[in-house]
Amino acid sequence: MHFWARTVNIFSTFHLKTWSRSACQCHNQIRVKPDNSSVVTDGVKHSMNPFCEIAVEEAVKLKEKKLIKEVVAVSCGPQQAQETIRTALAMGADRGIHVEVSGKDYETLGPLQVSKIMAALAKKEEAQLVILGKQAIDDDCNQTGQMTAALLDWPQGTFASEVAFDGDKIKVVREIDGGLETIMISSPAVITADLRLNTPRYATLPNIMKAKKKKIANVKPADLGVDLTSRLEVLRVDEPPQREAGVKVETVDDLVSKLKDAGRL
Amino acid sequence: MAAPLVRIVSKSCRQICRPWGPCQAGWRSSLSSRPAPDVASDQSVSFPPLQTFSEEESMMREAVKKYAQERIAPFVSKMDENSAMDEEVIKSLFEQGLMGIEIDPEYNGTGSSFFSSILVIEELAKVDASVAVLCDIQNTLINTLFANLGTPAQKEQYLSRLSTDTVGSFCLSEAESGSDAFALKTRADKHKDYYIINGSKMWISNAEHAGVFLVMANVDPSAGYRGITCFIVDRDTEGLEIGKKENKLGLRASSTCPLNFDNVKVPEKNILGQVGHGYKYAIGMLNEGRIGIAAQMIGLAQGCFDNTVPYTRQRVQFGKRIFDFQGMQHQIAHVATQLEAARLLTYNAARLKEAGRPFIKEACMAKYFTSEVATLTTSKCIEWMGGVGFTKDYPIEKYYRDCKIGTIYEGTTNVQLSTMAKFIDKEYDY
Repeated sequence: MHFWARTVNIFSTFHLKTWSRSACQCHNQIRVKPDNSSVVTDGVKHSMNPFCEIAVEEAVKLKEKKLIKEVVAVSCGPQQAQETIRTALAMGADRGIHVEVSGKDYETLGPLQVSKIMAALAKKEEAQLVILGKQAIDDDCNQTGQMTAALLDWPQGTFASEVAFDGDKIKVVREIDGGLETIMISSPAVITADLRLNTPRYATLPNIMKAKKKKIANVKPADLGVDLTSRLEVLRVDEPPQREAGVKVETVDDLVSKLKDAGRL
Repeated sequence: MAAPLVRIVSKSCRQICRPWGPCQAGWRSSLSSRPAPDVASDQSVSFPPLQTFSEEESMMREAVKKYAQERIAPFVSKMDENSAMDEEVIKSLFEQGLMGIEIDPEYNGTGSSFFSSILVIEELAKVDASVAVLCDIQNTLINTLFANLGTPAQKEQYLSRLSTDTVGSFCLSEAESGSDAFALKTRADKHKDYYIINGSKMWISNAEHAGVFLVMANVDPSAGYRGITCFIVDRDTEGLEIGKKENKLGLRASSTCPLNFDNVKVPEKNILGQVGHGYKYAIGMLNEGRIGIAAQMIGLAQGCFDNTVPYTRQRVQFGKRIFDFQGMQHQIAHVATQLEAARLLTYNAARLKEAGRPFIKEACMAKYFTSEVATLTTSKCIEWMGGVGFTKDYPIEKYYRDCKIGTIYEGTTNVQLSTMAKFIDKEYDY
């Protein structure tokens, strides 16, 4: 959907790109627009997607362990996306790339378009690793990471709760329904961060000051040769139905007859 | 009364990019005239609203807001009850760079501006006014004094410590001299290359945790206030005794202790600034500290308000939300207006100071007004919350208790009003 700005960090030769994106803050009250076309985003506070924060943290940690050389934070979106990039820089990323997408293009920007941008940037920057948050908390798509890997034809380690380098391979422990799955993938690769991967650090005030000096490059999707046309059309957005009061019954027979009346049995 | 503000230009007063075109000039006018800077009519200068912040200031504010919610909020209730600041909280304040906001990065400080400090103090106060005052004293009083007056050796020795792990305390008040600060009796007798300090101080904030004390003592009582000198005294100096902390109504987590000086030997090199100029430094610094307290009060009031309005929107009586009753709406709107006015007074005083323009009267107004507004806001909030507002299960009563000191410390309301009156008097002097 609409109100994100993704930040991507790619890293190559251990130049890492992390992707972070801003999403509506989770404690906002979400309202559907009167014409049912989408959710109201005007005046709604946006901040970096929590899973993306975890992705940035992981990238910075890898750099601190000297396993990677450079962390680049990328975000797609309007001018405000720069704030998200600055936050990533304040957390420790080395430089940023702002892919400018605004207006109608921004409204229809979806995982497919973003992953095309990501893939193009990854190739251009010669990244070796792309880390993204597993999904955005406003649309819960959980597609960008996977699509990016497919477009690049790179292996992917999604829902990562642990990432370790093993020679020239990457060991990823994934959180799956049945428990934990450990896989070995070769680099270059795409990883998506899950909740328990790490606890993101705070941007300390001195780091915020340092981030001011770091560069954010401006790029247009056209420069990357990416076509932003959406293949999806949102027909309608509705609020979930209002919760209705329950009905109390005295006996089991009453319950059965009520269920039959409601067509449930 | 007060001698004109003594200002020594230092790194901490450097100009950072402001959206205020005319203020970049940074010129000073004499106290008796108050012209506003002229803007040439063909310049395209914009006049953005007071709630305009630089990117750096916005980021700082966001970072502190998040930090305060996650790292301080969980401790607030316990700290208030035990009347003790948690060591973890103090440590994290240093880690986040909040204790050396204006200190140069060369001394491990954050290297930001005065206005950033104000925003930080405001955000901290929304969560806990005690933590805010610890941060305020450190930044606006202690750090400023060292940065403005310290010799290179003193800065070398103390500024890094102040920004990384050492809390500072400012010791002016005594049992017999509060508002009448310059009647202080603590003496410093000169011997060769050192001084012996005898006396006692009262109401000293941060004393429980402070590693360094800035002590105002008189080297020459016959010279009256012109003998007051500022001494740097380390905590472990022999003869310095820190008394038991006060059991207070509010700001309980902030330690407030009496101090006793029993033949405390202080080397001459530990004098901050010049001998006999202590009174000037105290006034100058308190003028700035005043804006910090205003920020604390506005943060406190806003935090209280923000915790109360959601309740009024939820609570239903007589079939509708209590927020929907006209009586309530009028009260809430009135308080919101006062808050806005108080905040703008504070921001404007801070911007005036940063621009190098006269700001003392405005700073007094900010401190006086915000402390009154905090009292009004917290009192009203308890009423709007009804019975639950009166219980300790909700945070509202703490804000109510904490706000009271605002009209008292760092210059009582009466002192602020008298100071303002003196400025107003001079304005009509031509």
